[in-house]
Amino acid sequence: MSILFGKLSWSAIPLDEPLPMVSGCVIALVLLGVAIWVVRKGWAPYLWREWITSVDHKRIGVMYCVLALVMLLRGFSDAVLMRTQQALAYNAQGFLPPEHYNQIFSAHGTIMIFFVAMPFMFGLMNFVLPLQLGVRDVAFPTFNSVAFWLTCSGALLVNLSLVVGEFQRTGWLPYPPLSEIAYSPGVGVDYWLWAITISGIGTLIGGINLVTTILKMRAPGMDYMRMPMFCWTALATNMLVVAAFPILTATSAMLLLDRYLGFHFFTNTGGGNVMMFMNLIWAWGHPEVYILILPAFGVFSEVISTFSGKPLFGYRSMVLATLAICVLAFMVWLHHFFTMGAGGNVNAVFGILTTVIAVPTGAKVFNWLFTLYGGAVRFSSALLWSLGFIVTFVIGGMTGVLLAVPPADFLLHNSLFLVAHFHNVIIGGVLFGAFAGYTYWFPKAFGFRLHERIGKAAFWFWLTGFYVAFMPLYWLGFLGMTRRMQHYDVAQWRPWLLVAALGAALILIGIVLQIVQLFTSIRDRAQLRDLTGDPWDGRSLEWSTASPPPVFNFAVLPDVQGTEAYWRTKAQARDQQQLAQAPDYCAIEMPRNSPTGVVCAFFATIVGFALIWHIWWLAIVGLVGAYATFVVFAWRDIADEEIPAEEVARIVGENRSHRARALHAERQP
Amino acid sequence: MTAASAAHSSGDKAGAGRARHGGPASKRIIVGYGFWIFLLSDIVMFSAIFAAYAVLASATAGGPTGHQLFDLKNVAVETGCLLLSSFACGIASIGAVLKSVMTFQIAMAVTFVLGALFLGLEINEFAGLVARHAGPQRSAFLSAFFTLVGCHGLHVTIGLLWLLTMMAQIWAKGFRPDIQRRILCFNLFWHALDIIWVAVFTVVYLLGAAV
Repeated sequence: MSILFGKLSWSAIPLDEPLPMVSGCVIALVLLGVAIWVVRKGWAPYLWREWITSVDHKRIGVMYCVLALVMLLRGFSDAVLMRTQQALAYNAQGFLPPEHYNQIFSAHGTIMIFFVAMPFMFGLMNFVLPLQLGVRDVAFPTFNSVAFWLTCSGALLVNLSLVVGEFQRTGWLPYPPLSEIAYSPGVGVDYWLWAITISGIGTLIGGINLVTTILKMRAPGMDYMRMPMFCWTALATNMLVVAAFPILTATSAMLLLDRYLGFHFFTNTGGGNVMMFMNLIWAWGHPEVYILILPAFGVFSEVISTFSGKPLFGYRSMVLATLAICVLAFMVWLHHFFTMGAGGNVNAVFGILTTVIAVPTGAKVFNWLFTLYGGAVRFSSALLWSLGFIVTFVIGGMTGVLLAVPPADFLLHNSLFLVAHFHNVIIGGVLFGAFAGYTYWFPKAFGFRLHERIGKAAFWFWLTGFYVAFMPLYWLGFLGMTRRMQHYDVAQWRPWLLVAALGAALILIGIVLQIVQLFTSIRDRAQLRDLTGDPWDGRSLEWSTASPPPVFNFAVLPDVQGTEAYWRTKAQARDQQQLAQAPDYCAIEMPRNSPTGVVCAFFATIVGFALIWHIWWLAIVGLVGAYATFVVFAWRDIADEEIPAEEVARIVGENRSHRARALHAERQP
Repeated sequence: MTAASAAHSSGDKAGAGRARHGGPASKRIIVGYGFWIFLLSDIVMFSAIFAAYAVLASATAGGPTGHQLFDLKNVAVETGCLLLSSFACGIASIGAVLKSVMTFQIAMAVTFVLGALFLGLEINEFAGLVARHAGPQRSAFLSAFFTLVGCHGLHVTIGLLWLLTMMAQIWAKGFRPDIQRRILCFNLFWHALDIIWVAVFTVVYLLGAAV
């Protein structure tokens, strides 16, 4: 080990392994190509000024979603590799050696949860919440940027492990004792630990920010029971973030101390307690799954209500169900390791509490169905994702209840049945929710809609692809196939694994169609333009402002008179056949952009990389740099920028004239 | 139209009869509130470490126990330093409200000295334990002990750095509203460290020395 480079040497680059090297080179070339293109087009200053240093919640929300979509491609390529490997590896080694295959399933889970599902949900919440609450920004705009860039920093470290060193081979969670230094001496586990710690701090900052925003920043008259359902589910989600992510940080810190300094938290020797890791990690991990699904529930509530042309059925019961799930989320962690041997009574308690979660969730499903019932339903692609979700999620929920029965779990634990179950709820719930939200709010973010027909085709490929890929896995679980197998010799399993591989191919077509949809929509944006800012005949406040909304969201904070704030305003305008009187516009103060977030994340990445490779001096440099970044931020004298009243009037006036024209057109069909 | 009648006329039961929500809170409230939420999350992190300590407290692996290791006199002095530093920190916050640079800077300096004294005593205790072959590698109990107490010590260290930064900011920029809000947050942070320490003192030292 050298002082200058720590454990890092040329041997860390896996030159003898073609797969990571080729994919690494392709990624590097693509990034380089994009960078050259951006610079040659002269967009670099624009990107820096308007996006990278932006503290506007809408821009940050969009960037979160972009990160999620890019990482989805990475995570999905891992999935394709695994499906292909298992299709080939019957009585054979396939094309992936075990140590590489193990890294792939570990990276797949880590990336999909932390860098696809999480950023997607945070992106939607960031973008939508202030608009729905009728305010101009989140509580802490600069910290919002810090949170986003720290998430990017974690994603960067995980992807760096592809070409510098290795990723962990322990599965997506580094279970000890396998993850201890004695059995995983490489840097793989350290990549996970530092990436997750850094991005986890980002998530925590984001959670604190959004809880404060919802509880302390709402438009006049926006009482709790008038908030759109998405705000409620976001509140529950972010309360879970605040309560759960510190446990992840503490658990990671303990494993780090074991690995770096020879502590005995989870070791086999010195009195360490391996099962304490399982308890701690799942005390975070179970709330985490509700952190992911609750915002999706919110998206479906908004989409189903809008496209049924009806208020959400059972709003109060929906709020109650959301909060019940929020509380129960913390009371079921032990069902992840019924086989630990805590005893019949303990398992029974956790089994029953787990099944109880099906009650509020079931209430939600019925509320969505009753919202659809008797509505003027428009089958847009956003609604298709929602309907696909209802059916798929009910199936996933029922297999979850089955797994919650301890005797059944003893048989199915760590089998492909489990893998099928959580993909069933995460793809059918979280990912479909993300896509529904993406389709639904895309016009709000960019001022034009996504191509509907390609979107519908993508949906159908995703839906059938999902069933073809994962229903065989349930059956394979019953046939006794365990998860994470690099090869196998059971003839019975082979056909089902081939079917599952076909499913992955169908999903691939769905993803390709989504990419095509995005590009054709950008090309045809003139035809798909949303001039009024209300393309779906929406009901909540985000549709009362222009698409894309001005930086200040609302020229005058809306005065909320009841639930479905915008629907009331719109109904009034329709009754009186004219828009409400334009108010007197005032100058608006908005926070200035700041590079604090991106610079801080730059130093955080350096600290993480240095610690992974034991380059201590560089870690100190990074920490000093991160501290200095905040001092520079704290020393600035001008925090806000003023937008003059005439400018506000001009921006808003344009949208008003479009709305007035639309209202006029409505009257004379 | 009054607020109450507006709620009635909208036909919305939720808003009726109650004070109407008046719009976004002031910046001071938002910042303070957000920092409270952060402190709660920090306390959750500590509680995870406390739980780990509770699980491992008896896992001494044949090594020394808390009863053999803890020196309550040293801990009593540490506690005194920390509690007095919080008193000084409270005076500093009064100085900030009165916009008296003198009061603020002296009180903050006293806070710093007492905090540094606490930290020095803690490092001294740690060094003594390591010298007696009772370092964190010795047993799971000692791993948890060093992590829990050390995590609190790390918070105090970060607090001291923050404290110096605030003194420099007041010296350079004066009592600007944004700096006042940061002083409020620092105060909350410093007092929260006391709360954690009371738990450490009880759970680790008092219970540990008694067995």
